[in-house]
Amino acid sequence: MDAILIQLLNGLDKGGAYALIALGLTLAFGTLGIVNFAHGALFMLGAFCAVTFNKLLTISKSVKDESITFFDAYKDIPYLQIWWGDTGATIIDFAVPLSILFAVPVMLFIGWALERGLIQYFYKRSHASQILFTFGLAIVIQEIVRHTFGANPIPTPAPEVVSGSANIGLYFGLGENIIYPWWRLIYLSFAICVIGGVFAFLKFTTFGMVVRAGIQNREMVGMLGINIERRFTIVFSLSAVVAGVAGVMYAPIVPPDFHLGMDFLVLTFVVVVVGGMGSLPGAVAAGFLLGVLQSFASMNEVKEILPGIDQIIIYLVAVVVLLVRPRGLMGVKGVFED
Amino acid sequence: MAIFSVVVLTMPLWLQPFGAAYPDILQKFVIFGVFAIGYNILFGLTGYLSFGHAAFLGVGSYTAVWSFKLLSMNIVPAIILSMIMSGIFAIAMGYVALRRSGIYFSILTLAFAQMCYNLAYSVLTPITNGETGLQLAKSDPRVIDRLFSEAGEGLPSTTLFGIETSGYSGFYISAVIMIIVFYISLRIFNSSFGLKLKAIKANQNRMRYLGFNTKPYLLTAFVISGMYAGLAGGLLAATDPLAGAERMQWTASGEVILMTILGGVGTLFGPLLGVIIIKYFENIFSAVNQLDLHSFYAIFPTWLENALVAISSLFVGEGWHMTLGLLFMLVVAFLPGGVLEGLQLIYKKFTAYLANRNKNTSTQAETKQETGANHGE
Repeated sequence: MDAILIQLLNGLDKGGAYALIALGLTLAFGTLGIVNFAHGALFMLGAFCAVTFNKLLTISKSVKDESITFFDAYKDIPYLQIWWGDTGATIIDFAVPLSILFAVPVMLFIGWALERGLIQYFYKRSHASQILFTFGLAIVIQEIVRHTFGANPIPTPAPEVVSGSANIGLYFGLGENIIYPWWRLIYLSFAICVIGGVFAFLKFTTFGMVVRAGIQNREMVGMLGINIERRFTIVFSLSAVVAGVAGVMYAPIVPPDFHLGMDFLVLTFVVVVVGGMGSLPGAVAAGFLLGVLQSFASMNEVKEILPGIDQIIIYLVAVVVLLVRPRGLMGVKGVFED
Repeated sequence: MAIFSVVVLTMPLWLQPFGAAYPDILQKFVIFGVFAIGYNILFGLTGYLSFGHAAFLGVGSYTAVWSFKLLSMNIVPAIILSMIMSGIFAIAMGYVALRRSGIYFSILTLAFAQMCYNLAYSVLTPITNGETGLQLAKSDPRVIDRLFSEAGEGLPSTTLFGIETSGYSGFYISAVIMIIVFYISLRIFNSSFGLKLKAIKANQNRMRYLGFNTKPYLLTAFVISGMYAGLAGGLLAATDPLAGAERMQWTASGEVILMTILGGVGTLFGPLLGVIIIKYFENIFSAVNQLDLHSFYAIFPTWLENALVAISSLFVGEGWHMTLGLLFMLVVAFLPGGVLEGLQLIYKKFTAYLANRNKNTSTQAETKQETGANHGE
């Protein structure tokens, strides 16, 4: 029972990441009709925003270490700590959550630049050439990151307060064995908040209403005198931001390296297809569903019955879903059908 | 066709000045050529973008190595078996995946290939030897070989009835096979079957209205291109008897797509051209290092030299993938038909220019004559 609960949490956690990336992908599909293979690279860029911010905060000065008297020893002390003492140290400790503030404008700009600079010329091309172009783009982004940050994963620790584990079992009276890392719980709630935020934004603001109308009938909205193209550009930037913050928060869980994006890309495409092309709730639901299924499949009890199932469960589910429900779980009629 | 064979077989000669005339890279040219020619039969003719062909390459390699281990070091059974095995895989995958088209087809094939890859790494380790890769061992049974001779000292090498299949002879054997499969693909392109595939690409619905059931044609094309990929995998194993799971990863499928697109989709020579360009530049670019760059830019002043080296070091050595990505973006953006289309465009421009010039000179001559005539009066 405890094991099942922990696996459920694990799955929801993984599912949160899938759902966030898939949400951004679906936003780009639904509005611009673009199949963005560079979306995984945007996720990776987000994680590297956290790395960069962390590095910026810890720019250090070499100071003579007074505690060692035998010889001249030097240690690096970050400027922030020199200037502000303990406050500075706390800021450095909270580098990852704070770097969201840094990542949002950066990702907004990157998304805008990509859409205006490159992707807007591909709306009228076939999906195959969109896929191929953004695939090339992803390779380029990935290589730039590798050139600047090196090929090794860069550990980016979470704040110390939440680096431990929570004994959830005790809080809810379920026994003492359900212990789960704090940061992963934070990630899960963060994912839910962001997803909720995006939905609320689309549902309750005028901007969101126009965008939803544009998804349904682009021409009509254009005829009503609304500059739908500009709003779609903003939506694309928004999808980049969602991928970016997902990446920022994921950095403490898995130390980011340059092919983080590619690893996630394939999985999230499967998630989007299972959820149904162009359906936002579908993408989120499929993300969580596949995450949970994957973590249940990696339980030892399951693996004993079906060896290797943990490796292929996602793809297996995708194949079955596509054959039984050709449009995915919640696919919209008429999207991506030839 | 004869010219083509001669060009391929004399590759060691005419590639000499480019520094690419050693057996290793030549083998890669022709083997990946087989892979790309096969991929082009599916993608080029029908327009179905498969992300799963790496799986066939891997299956072919594994089958070939198993055949070396169990049956014989002769490559003939290995290659035949690897084609049959990958054909079986292709039938299974194609039967399911071809129920959908467009991006769904791409994702389905991707899902299958990733399943094969993940399984090869985990559960199927007894068959695939996991991360280490499948290798030959001295204690392998090799049933057929044992009928004719005793087990010799050391590891036997792969042969074709006594001819060793590494080095130049390996290249010639693979080249002959490539010429044969190229001829087959030429026949497919010009047959009524190929025409039907092209019609599917142009408008599948219209094909259906005309009373054709498109599914069998698609499946046949898929299986043929899968068998080509298996053959390429078998040849890879024949020239170097080692099979690893990384050949099945989806990036390997990405590579063959790159080659096909770069050269020219749906053309006969395009994929081959793409293979040669990519494999050649991969070899050259990834070998260049900082020192080479410094000596290359030595004629410039120091500050400019350093700046140029810093910029170009992004693109060479480890950064070769960056060049590849950029090249790919440029080709997709500006030359959807690939390099071959670019060459044709240049050729057309050039002939048009020549024709224009001839016309101009001739009209000039005429006007001169006229004016001359006027002067005469």
